[in-house]
Amino acid sequence: MSVPVDTERTVHLTVNGVPREATVPVRRLLSDALRHDLGLTGTHVGCEHGVCGACTVLVDGEPVRSCLVLAVQVDGAAVTTVEGLARDDGRGGQVLHPVQEAFRECHALQCGFCTPGFLMTIAAGLEARDAAEEISEEEVDDLVGGNLCRCTGYANIKKAVRHAAASMAVPAGTVAGPPAVPAESAADGGPR
Amino acid sequence: MKPAPFRYADPRSVPEALEVLAAEEGAKVLAGGQSLLPLLSMRLAAPATLVDLNRVPGLDTVEVNGDGVRVGALVRHAGLLAHEGAARVQPLLARATANVAHPAIRNRGTTVGSIAHADPAGEMTSVLALTGGSVTVAALSGEREVDWQDLFVGPLETSLLGAAVVTAAFFPALPPRSGTAFAEVARRKGDYAVCGAGVVVTLDEDRRVATVRASYISVGLTPEVHDLTDAVAGSPVEKADWAAAGALARTLVEPDGDLHASADYRRLLVGVLTERTLAEAAEEAAGEFE
Repeated sequence: MSVPVDTERTVHLTVNGVPREATVPVRRLLSDALRHDLGLTGTHVGCEHGVCGACTVLVDGEPVRSCLVLAVQVDGAAVTTVEGLARDDGRGGQVLHPVQEAFRECHALQCGFCTPGFLMTIAAGLEARDAAEEISEEEVDDLVGGNLCRCTGYANIKKAVRHAAASMAVPAGTVAGPPAVPAESAADGGPR
Repeated sequence: MKPAPFRYADPRSVPEALEVLAAEEGAKVLAGGQSLLPLLSMRLAAPATLVDLNRVPGLDTVEVNGDGVRVGALVRHAGLLAHEGAARVQPLLARATANVAHPAIRNRGTTVGSIAHADPAGEMTSVLALTGGSVTVAALSGEREVDWQDLFVGPLETSLLGAAVVTAAFFPALPPRSGTAFAEVARRKGDYAVCGAGVVVTLDEDRRVATVRASYISVGLTPEVHDLTDAVAGSPVEKADWAAAGALARTLVEPDGDLHASADYRRLLVGVLTERTLAEAAEEAAGEFE
């Protein structure tokens, strides 16, 4: 047989910019490879069958459910996890991604279990859209619709999406900080 | 849970994939994996070997011409959704694909894989039927085209036996003077539809209704196309009684009840969605005259 049929493989990945490798059984899910083999426990596993979205990571820049991908399938790919979302500030520290900042600002998490999945999904979604255009309610619903949160009731998560979208619309380098929480979010009760 | 142990191959060509499928007993093809991996993790399926198509070059193309749209086995739902040429020739593709799960699933899941998976709750099986499409099947004996009527046998079951790979799906172009629409009722946007409907309305040269066809999601065991023409045949498009077509549709379908909806509720939804989508499709078909 010319085509190898394996039960174990060594997988090479670039995770958050760092080359990593792991030797895994071929049935290893990407979510488990990240957590157990590479020690990156920021990616959470909720339902493990693609429903909850907690395990969402970026593979070559696109959000995917890491519980619905085998580690061997992403051999050679670039993976970004929640640990890779913040940026170096150039002074030895880190700056939060605008979506992380917005989650803090708007109190968009309670127990935090679903948060990594929301952050990755929303960050990728906002980065893919035209930041200059104001985000519509429908876009917000689409962005968060694939992720389950059992604590927040989504109101503050949606507020954080609008907040992050608005702050990403401010061109980099302008002196003004991120804008105030958008006015319509007062209807959600405001940050608690 | 985790998938049961299996063996894994990622061949670099379709003949190589067929070679492994023929040599390994209990082998299953893996493409996007967005339906297969949940089945593995829930231990509803435990194939001995997975044959991953993702490293086969040339399967990720969408070919569009006047006859229709040919979608390769590795084209992701997101890729088809964004393909303007495909949407122009067969608008049902983008309309239905927009209803397939969520963006993170659409980035990975493939249109052809969801057809080969043959889930009656899948959007693309229904669109293949409604458009009168077919799939290209590669086997050791050669390549053949299989019409949708000959493909679907039951829920999650196709007529393909032994070493076979579905390499593409072909969706014929929308005929002239026609309009389409697609709508679903789901508990949450992106969830499996409780009921969905895709429709095609074609007018004659005098703007009268010539043919009306519909196909439903999560209704029945395999995709079916229902001809609703009798309810509205010959009506000027502005005066057609789409409610009558909806009522006819309700008599033709045989939905099952489950945890999410009773059979009666699904039948009701078939009527409502039929009326609503037909009105929309008819307006689009009438727009062809302007």
